[in-house]
Amino acid sequence: MPDIYQMLNIVSSHVIPVVVLLVFLLINMMYLPYVERKVLAHMQSRLGPMRTGWHGLLQPIADAVKFLMKEDVIPAKADKWVFKIAPLIVLAMAFGAMVVIPFGPPPDSLGLLNKEAPLFVSNLNIGVLAILAFASVGAYGVIMAGWASNNKYSLMGGFRSAAQMISYELPMAFAIITVVLMAGSLNLSDIVKAQSERWFIISPVGPVVFFLYLISGIAETNRVPFDLPEAESELVAGYFTEYSGIRFGLFFMAEYTNMIVVSLLASIMFLGGWLPVQILPQTLGHIAPIAFINKMLAAIPPTLWLLAKLYLFIFFYIWLRATLPRYRYDQLMAVSWKFLLPLSLGTLLVAAGMKQMGWM
Amino acid sequence: MINKAIFIYFAAVILLSAVLVITRKNPIHSVLFMLLLFFHIAGVFVVLNAEFLAAVQLIVYAGAILILYLFVVMLLNVETESKASRANRYWPWAAGFGLLVAAEIALLVARGTFPLDTAQPMRLGASGVKELGIVLYTRYLVPFEIASIILLVGLVGAVMLAKKRSSE
Repeated sequence: MPDIYQMLNIVSSHVIPVVVLLVFLLINMMYLPYVERKVLAHMQSRLGPMRTGWHGLLQPIADAVKFLMKEDVIPAKADKWVFKIAPLIVLAMAFGAMVVIPFGPPPDSLGLLNKEAPLFVSNLNIGVLAILAFASVGAYGVIMAGWASNNKYSLMGGFRSAAQMISYELPMAFAIITVVLMAGSLNLSDIVKAQSERWFIISPVGPVVFFLYLISGIAETNRVPFDLPEAESELVAGYFTEYSGIRFGLFFMAEYTNMIVVSLLASIMFLGGWLPVQILPQTLGHIAPIAFINKMLAAIPPTLWLLAKLYLFIFFYIWLRATLPRYRYDQLMAVSWKFLLPLSLGTLLVAAGMKQMGWM
Repeated sequence: MINKAIFIYFAAVILLSAVLVITRKNPIHSVLFMLLLFFHIAGVFVVLNAEFLAAVQLIVYAGAILILYLFVVMLLNVETESKASRANRYWPWAAGFGLLVAAEIALLVARGTFPLDTAQPMRLGASGVKELGIVLYTRYLVPFEIASIILLVGLVGAVMLAKKRSSE
């Protein structure tokens, strides 16, 4: 029965990855806010949510029920269609970027079907560019939300956010292009493979590129210290001031999905993706205890390594939020255009030169 | 078969949103329909396995050019723009040229063959980035450089226009 095999193939290569990815994202979107509140609280000597469940573990469910049950208020003078579509665009683009991210090498041990079950939804050859494309369209959702609310704070927030996203897209794109240059491929799996000898963060220009990517990635996701669009002391809540109920929830979910995308991309491009941590395999690898530790580290499944790196970055995000004050708007723009952009252009030039000379 | 159905979907949405871009009264809605249009053009590129062009379509047109349109349009007063008359006294000329172009397109479509029917789309898995890069830097090097110089001139011109003259 070839038809059944064909259908099984489609299910295993398309349906299952999509479902798994959605479940992963939904669980993360529920529990990352909880983790954030908890970590923030402990950094500030508080306890955080404690009432719902053991140490507040059921808090996300309570929050989700609240989002769903609250009235969905649409301002009378709002542009109804644009107002309704805006959060969907933001969330859909965040999900779209997740589609091209590989969560590990294709497993060959799973011989259940005649085709390997992939750990990605789509192994696009232009993976990195697809993420940039989705990110650039995501800015529309924010600016639409700000405009359609017909509220001056929302509009200001939307404009700020769009300007910020456009400004920081440039250094981010140049940082990504530098990585692509080092790896010689736009495919994310190939970028990981190119790091099997040495992670890009410890390659000659790696630290600078990593710094550029991290700063502009934080700015792209509108997080502290770049959360100008929703600066509550001046703009109430920025572009989603007028949103309530589940539509507000959608913006919330999109923010966390974007954090996950940026963190995953950082792990894949600089920290070797799903490659395990190894203690100096080239120089000290032959010494018995170190070789043993390296073997043990390599035995941990690749996907767990990627997730560990992902949550490292998420923790970093939360840490920043607990630590840093917000930038002023003109400082924000100056940092992007006068510091990050020239630096990223220079880095790209240096990296291209080194690649040409064969030093990398 | 499935490819053809997907193509027809993209083509239909492209035509529909193109019409809506010029018929909507609210300029912001026009820009948003243009975004829908660009998105579906990118979809057509994906159907032809030209993923790189699809990404460039979104990054350049949707991500850079159209968002500046949106900025400008949002600075307009939507109320007055919506009430403004949709045509000026040159409309018969515009309509005449429009009809001429439409007739030409109809003629070409009636005579031409379509790549989706006859030719193969791009090889699956070949993103074409490398091939495109090689062709751009060898065979089409001069046009490529001319295009970049034109863009640079535009950039310098914009800076000159925006610059405050300190001596005057």
